[in-house]
Amino acid sequence: MNVTDTSITPTDLGGYASEEAESENFLSYPKGIMSWLVTLDHKRIGILYLICILTAFFIGGMFALLIRTELLTPGATIVDADTYNQLFTLHGAIMIFLFIIPGIPAALGNFALPLMLGAKDVAFPRLNLMSWYLWLIGAAFTVFSLVNGGADTGWTFYTPYSTQTDGAIISITMGVFILGFSSIFTGLNFLVTIHRLRPPGMTWFKMPLFLWGIYGTAIMQVLATPVIGITMLLLIVERTLGFGIFDPALGGDPVLFQHFFWFYSHPAVYIMILPALAIMSEIFSVFSRKHIFGYKFIAFSSIVLAILSFLVWGHHMFPSGQSELANFVFSALTFSVSIPTAIKMFNWLATMYKGEIVLKTPMLYALSFMFLFGIGGLTGLFLGSLAVDIHLHDTYFVVAHFHYVMFGGTVIAFLAGLHYWWPKVFGRMYNEKLGAIGAAIIFVGFNMTFLAQFVMGSQGMPRRYYNYIDEYTIYHHISTGGSFIMAIGFFLIAGYLLHSLLKGKRAPANPWGGNTLEWHIPSPPPYYNFKEAPTVGDPYDFSELEWDDRIEGYVFRKAEGSA
Amino acid sequence: MSKKHSSDGAGHAEHPKWMQHHFDTPSQQFASSKMGMWLFLATEVLLFAGLFCAYTVYRANHMDMFVFGHQFLDVKWGAINTCVLLFSSLTAAWSVRAAQLGQKGLMIALLFITLLCGGAFMAIKYVEYSHKIHDGLLWGTKYKPAGHAAEVIHGEEAHAAGELGGAHGRVDEGHTEAEQVAGIEAAHGEGAAEAPAAGGDALATDGAQAAGAQAAAPAAQGEGVELPADVLAIDVAERSTTLPAAIGPRGLVPVAEEGHDDGHGAGHHWEGPIPDNVHIFFGIYFGMTGLHGIHVLIGMIILGWLIYRALKNDFSPEYFTPVDLGVLYWHLVDLIWIFLFPLLYLIG
Ligand code: HEM
Ligand SMILES: [Cu+2]
Repeated sequence: MNVTDTSITPTDLGGYASEEAESENFLSYPKGIMSWLVTLDHKRIGILYLICILTAFFIGGMFALLIRTELLTPGATIVDADTYNQLFTLHGAIMIFLFIIPGIPAALGNFALPLMLGAKDVAFPRLNLMSWYLWLIGAAFTVFSLVNGGADTGWTFYTPYSTQTDGAIISITMGVFILGFSSIFTGLNFLVTIHRLRPPGMTWFKMPLFLWGIYGTAIMQVLATPVIGITMLLLIVERTLGFGIFDPALGGDPVLFQHFFWFYSHPAVYIMILPALAIMSEIFSVFSRKHIFGYKFIAFSSIVLAILSFLVWGHHMFPSGQSELANFVFSALTFSVSIPTAIKMFNWLATMYKGEIVLKTPMLYALSFMFLFGIGGLTGLFLGSLAVDIHLHDTYFVVAHFHYVMFGGTVIAFLAGLHYWWPKVFGRMYNEKLGAIGAAIIFVGFNMTFLAQFVMGSQGMPRRYYNYIDEYTIYHHISTGGSFIMAIGFFLIAGYLLHSLLKGKRAPANPWGGNTLEWHIPSPPPYYNFKEAPTVGDPYDFSELEWDDRIEGYVFRKAEGSA
Repeated sequence: MSKKHSSDGAGHAEHPKWMQHHFDTPSQQFASSKMGMWLFLATEVLLFAGLFCAYTVYRANHMDMFVFGHQFLDVKWGAINTCVLLFSSLTAAWSVRAAQLGQKGLMIALLFITLLCGGAFMAIKYVEYSHKIHDGLLWGTKYKPAGHAAEVIHGEEAHAAGELGGAHGRVDEGHTEAEQVAGIEAAHGEGAAEAPAAGGDALATDGAQAAGAQAAAPAAQGEGVELPADVLAIDVAERSTTLPAAIGPRGLVPVAEEGHDDGHGAGHHWEGPIPDNVHIFFGIYFGMTGLHGIHVLIGMIILGWLIYRALKNDFSPEYFTPVDLGVLYWHLVDLIWIFLFPLLYLIG
C-alpha cells in the first residue's frame, strides 16, 4: 500500500468505509489456500479460471512460436514433420478448448456477471466450482496426449484419419468431452442466474449489454456443446471398439463426422466471439462517456447471432461433397450472419460519434478490436462465397481469417476486458503507459503475422503444411517476425500486470466512470457483493458521475448506497 | 465444502438449513433449481440427438439395412421393458406427490419400486445384450454373425467389400428403392478410396465363407428383386416373433422363442441380396441403447441417493426439490426409451 498522498482517507481508496471493513474484500476473506480450492464465491472461481486459462494461453502460445519458428524456412528448421503435426494440433486444441471458449465467460464473466446483475452469486455456486474442476480434469487429459504419443489430426479430428493414426486421440478427445461439460455447466449457471437472480428493478432492458452477450453465449454453450460430446464419444468408440459409423471402409460416413463436428464448432466460434462483442459494448460506451447507441439492437443482435450460429455450419464443408443445394443454402445463411454483426459495429461507431473518447488501455484494445475484427468478419464473407471458397479452403487465407476473428476479435477483447476489470478484481492499477505500449506492440505484431498469411493463402499456400516452395518464403518470414513481436508484447503485458499486483497504485472504486453495478461497490469487492439489494438505474447514464482528482477515479454525485 | 464464508453478510436471521444464502426466498431457490434441471435435460436430449441424427441419416440412405437388422431385435423383451419403464414413471411421479403431502413412507416405497423397475430394465437389457453378443450381432469390426445364415451375410459382405464401388452396382440390382442406387453419397465415394487397407481385413477373414456363400446365394439373388416391398408388407409383430421363412434366416429367429443355440439349421435365409454393412444398424442399436442404459444406471444412483436422503428425513412438504428434480431426470430417461423402442424394434 504505497499511499503517498496522505490527504486521502482510506474511505476514498477502493471505496471501503474502514480498514476493518476492507478485510472483508473477497481476496483476503477467508484466508488460506484451501479456502480458495473449495470456494463457492463466483469472484474467486473467476480468478481460479483466470489463472488456468492464462496458463493454457501461455502453453498454446509457446506451441505457436515453435510452429512459426519451424516455418521460418522451407523444410526442416527446428523439428521434424511429425512433431510439427503434433504442435499445430495441440496449439489449436489448447487455444480453442482450454483458452478461448472458457476464456471470457468463465474467467471474466464469472467475476463480473453476478456483480453487474446485482446478485450475490451465480445460481449454482457448487456447480460453478465443479465446472472449474472439470476444466482441470479435461486439461489434464488434453495435455496428457502430449506425453502419450501426441495427437496429429489438427483440432478438428476429422475421420477417417483420426480413427487410423497412432496418435493419442483418445485422451485428447476425452479431454474435449470433459471440457465440454465444464462449458455446459457454466452456460447453464449463467442462464439460470440471469433468469432468476435479477434483483428488483433489474428488468431485461436495464441489464448491461455484457449480460445480453453472455446470455446469448450461454444459450449456445448449453445447446451446441452436447453435440460435440456425443461426437467425441462416437469417435472414441470408433477407435476403441471399431464402431464403423464414420469409417468408410466399413460403410460409415466420414462426412457425417464433419457435420457433427461443425454443428458444434460453428456455434463454438460464436461462443468465442459473442462475449467479446459483449465486452465491447461496455467499453465503447464507458470510454466515449456517452450513452450506448441502439441498446435494444445490440441486445437482440446477440440473440439473433446465437440463433443464426446454429444454421451455418455447412460453410466449413463446401468442398466435402455435401449436396449443391446444401452448399447454396449454407452460403446464403452465412451471409446473413454479417447483419447482426454489422449492427453491433455500427452501433459502436455511433456511440463513439461526438463522444469524449478517453484513450485508456481498454479503449485502445477496443479500437484495435474494431479494426481487426472488421477484417476478420469481412474475409469470412469471402470464404462464405462458394466459388471463392473452393480456391481458399484449407489455405492460409482461412488461417488468417480465423485468427483475425479469434485473436483479433476475442483475444483482443479479452485483453480489453482484463484491463477494464483488473482494478476491480485486484484493487490495483497497472501502469497506463506500459498498457498503451503493450496494446500497440500487439497490434503491430498481429497484423504482421496474419496479413502476410492472407497474401500467401490467396496465392495457394495450404494450411497445416510442414514444407513450402521458395516463393512463399518472404511471407513466412514476415509472419514469423510478427509472431515474435507479439510475444514481446505479451511478456510486457504479463510483466506490468504482475507488477501491479505487488506494487500497483490502489485502485479507486470506479477508475473508468462506469455505471454498471460492479462500479458501485468497492475494489476489490467485498465477499458478499452487495450489502442490500442495489438500486438499479440506466447502466449507460454517466450524467451523475464526476472525476475526482484526489482519488483519481470517478464518484457518484448523488451519494450512493455503496458498502 | 467451505460453508464458512457462505454465510451472508447481511444475514438472514434464521432460515431453514436447506435454504442457500444467495437466494432471497425459497420459491426463488426452487424455481432456479427447476430451471437448471430443465436446461440440463435439454443438454441430455441434445447428447442423444447426435445418435438420433446418425440413425436418421443411415436409415434414410439404407432403409434395407435397418429392415434387415431390426429382425434380430426381440420385440417381446423391448415391449416388456417399455412397460416396465412406463410403470416406473408412474411410481416416480407418484412419489413426488407423496413428498408434497409429507407421506414419507409412501414416498420411500414408491422411490424404491421405481428403483426396482430400473433394475428390471437393466436385467432385461442384459439378457438381450448377451444374446446379441452370443450371435455375434455387434457393431463395426466386432460384427461376426454365428451360424449358417450368418455365413450368408458374411459371404455377401466379403464380396461387396472386395469389389467396393463396383460391388454396389451388383448389390443394388436387387433393390427396387431408388435411394439404393442414388443414395451412395460421399460415404461410398470416399469408401472406394479408403477401402483397400481396412476393407482388405474383412476380405481376408471372410474369404473362405464368401466362397460358400456364393454357392448358396444365386437362387436367392435371382428372385430378390422384390425384397423391400415384401418386407414392408409384413406385419410387425408377426415378423419379429415368428419370422416367416422367406424373410429371415431361421437361425436368427428370436431367441426367447426357441433358445438361441438350436436354431442354426440349414435351409432358410433372407431372400434377395443381404444389405451391405448391417453392422451399422447394430452399431447404432448399441450406441443408442448403450448410452440410454448408462443413463438408466445414473438414474438408479440418483434414486438410491433420494431414498437415502428421505430416510435421513431431509425432505418435507416445504422442501422436496431433489425428489422433484431426480424424478424429472427419471422421466427423461423413460422418454428417450419411448423413442428408442419403436425406432429400433418396430421398423416397417
Ligand atoms: C461474419 C462472420 C464470419 C463469417 C462469414 C465466417 C465464415 C467462415 C467460413 C466460410 C469459413 C470456412 C472456410 C474454409 O474452411 O474454407 C470459416 C472458417 C473459420 N472461422 Fe469464420 N466466419 C465468421 C466469423 C468467425 C468468427 C467470429 C470466428 C471465431 C471467433 C470464426 C472462426 C473460424 C474458424 C476457427 C474457422 C476455421 C476452422 C478450421 O477449419 O479449422 N469465424 N469462417
Ligand atoms: Cu463457421
